[in-house]
Amino acid sequence: MSATQPPLNSPQIQRVEPLLEPGHTYASVTDKIAAVVLTRPLGIGWLGGFTIAFSVVMLLFIAVSWLIIKGVGIWGINIPIGWGFAIVNFVWWIGIGHAGTLISAILFLLNQKWRTSINRFAEAMTLFAVACAGLFPLIHTGRPWMAYYMFPYPSTMGIWPQFRSPLMWDVFAVSTYGTVSLIFWFIGLLPDLATLRDRAKKRYQQVIFGILAMGWRNSARHWHRYQSTYLLLAGLATPLVLSVHTVVSFDFAVAIVPGWHTTIFPPYFVAGAIYSGFAMVLTLAIPLRKAYGLEDFITMRHLENCAKVMLATGLIVAYGYFVEFFMAFYSGNKFDVFLAEQRLHGPYSHFYYALLLCNILTPQLLWIRKVRRNVLALFLMSLVINTGMWLERFVIIVISLTRDFMPSAWGRYSATFWDYATLAGTLGLFFMLFFLFVRGLPAIAISEMRELVHETESEDHQ
Amino acid sequence: MMEHRSHLYGVMGEFETPEELLAAAKKAREAGYVHVDAYTPFPVEGLADAIGFRWTAVPLITLIGGILGGLTGFGLQYWCAAITYPMNIGGRPLNSWPAFIPITFELTVLGASLFSVVGMFALNKLPQPYHPVFNVERFAHGSTDRFFLVIEARDPKFDLAGSSRFLQGLSARFVAEVKDEE
Repeated sequence: MSATQPPLNSPQIQRVEPLLEPGHTYASVTDKIAAVVLTRPLGIGWLGGFTIAFSVVMLLFIAVSWLIIKGVGIWGINIPIGWGFAIVNFVWWIGIGHAGTLISAILFLLNQKWRTSINRFAEAMTLFAVACAGLFPLIHTGRPWMAYYMFPYPSTMGIWPQFRSPLMWDVFAVSTYGTVSLIFWFIGLLPDLATLRDRAKKRYQQVIFGILAMGWRNSARHWHRYQSTYLLLAGLATPLVLSVHTVVSFDFAVAIVPGWHTTIFPPYFVAGAIYSGFAMVLTLAIPLRKAYGLEDFITMRHLENCAKVMLATGLIVAYGYFVEFFMAFYSGNKFDVFLAEQRLHGPYSHFYYALLLCNILTPQLLWIRKVRRNVLALFLMSLVINTGMWLERFVIIVISLTRDFMPSAWGRYSATFWDYATLAGTLGLFFMLFFLFVRGLPAIAISEMRELVHETESEDHQ
Repeated sequence: MMEHRSHLYGVMGEFETPEELLAAAKKAREAGYVHVDAYTPFPVEGLADAIGFRWTAVPLITLIGGILGGLTGFGLQYWCAAITYPMNIGGRPLNSWPAFIPITFELTVLGASLFSVVGMFALNKLPQPYHPVFNVERFAHGSTDRFFLVIEARDPKFDLAGSSRFLQGLSARFVAEVKDEE
């Protein structure tokens, strides 16, 4: 973001906004963030939101229980459309998680200070999104109690997994991603847990945070090793996050199905993942800052930066859509050309047009500064983009599978009540976990905010 | 010596800004103290250096973890696909290494990350529920907005009165004895 220096009296100088509203001290940022966890009573908004999310999780339990009783036949999947909603949802959720790692790791390495107030809840978002994502391949196996077959263990049958399959790569990529995201998140939390331990007044809070903080005492020696680990984890998480959606895209790209077998998939999947992830960050950040009065910390500048990232990644995604078309016609492969025509005129073309509307046309409004700074517009746009990204995965999976090579093998797909119930259920799970997180742990990294106060003060003195 | 009573762990000085603490830490080192530790609510640049702590084994441990993870990843796949469960599919090579790269990469990252974190905790001797510094009541502010310097009693130059005066001379707002109860 290093633009050329504007002349000193230009209006741009006045436009540079602080990342933290002025007047905050170490104690005030600590008080404000810790109070949300330690002292603030549960409001009607939180209780209402949690109740709704929790009820939807009950729907998820019912949907999954019925699935286990009856089998995957309760879903809309069939032959040839063997993947359907489960894999659409899996790819969508895992993509949403990517923004959290991007914010916490990549922006950390790039020394982007605006990540500070949004990284914590974005990482939590990653974890919850990965949890929702991980559920789908598991239940999609049809016999989730046999899922351990995917892990290499010495069985009496003497069989081993097929490591040449992208589906196995997926198992390792997603489980590594989940594990590394969890430890990265916990390491980031550690000093804040110590802060909560020291500030807690109630006995149960002292005990819980005391155990979780593991005796962290802010020693300079500890900080030194801590920072070393944090930097290394950021460096490790950066290629990891790029690899995860790359591996997910291999699930498609390695197959020979028209519309899947393309080299654009890995970068275009990663860009799409970050696109939808930032949309979800806005979906969560906008109500969060409003509800807990955190506008001083999550400022308009943060929201505007997220909007800019969405615009940039949205353009990469648009380029991906264009290249898919271009390559279909450029290759002259008649199946690829046919698939392109199916997207425009086939039985699911309305999904494709909705996708173009959500993912390409609407985000162009973000070129306008007024829109980027309008909280309501950003919130609505984040919902539109997440819908669009879900549609993208639907288009990729369903349109390609319904009409591939031989007309005799064509089919149709329509989702059932149980498909929608499971999708809605994971949304409920995601939001329920997020509700619990917001009140159970500091949603903004307190020690990093203190560091920001320190840096802001030193800049003022200069 | 071995009485089951509290004995002295050190003296603690409290400072209001990281700059004051950093200056104090440097002066303590210059005065010849070696067993000094500083406590700050966020990492302060140059502080570890000022208390004479430069090298950490964390990067090395991380590297070892990464190498072990990568070798495990490739070895596992090679052993499965080429040795214990070989499948001849159209005469394709059993050691199809390009297909083994993604998992090798993932396990490299996993190994490095786990080693890094576990190594950091082990070197920091955490979890450690009890530490003498927590006995000082004001130390609870150390995770909010206060900065502390502790000169430990095991330091050869340590003497209670002299070291306390030394800290006071460094503009510490508050000086306290740190007792260890064993």
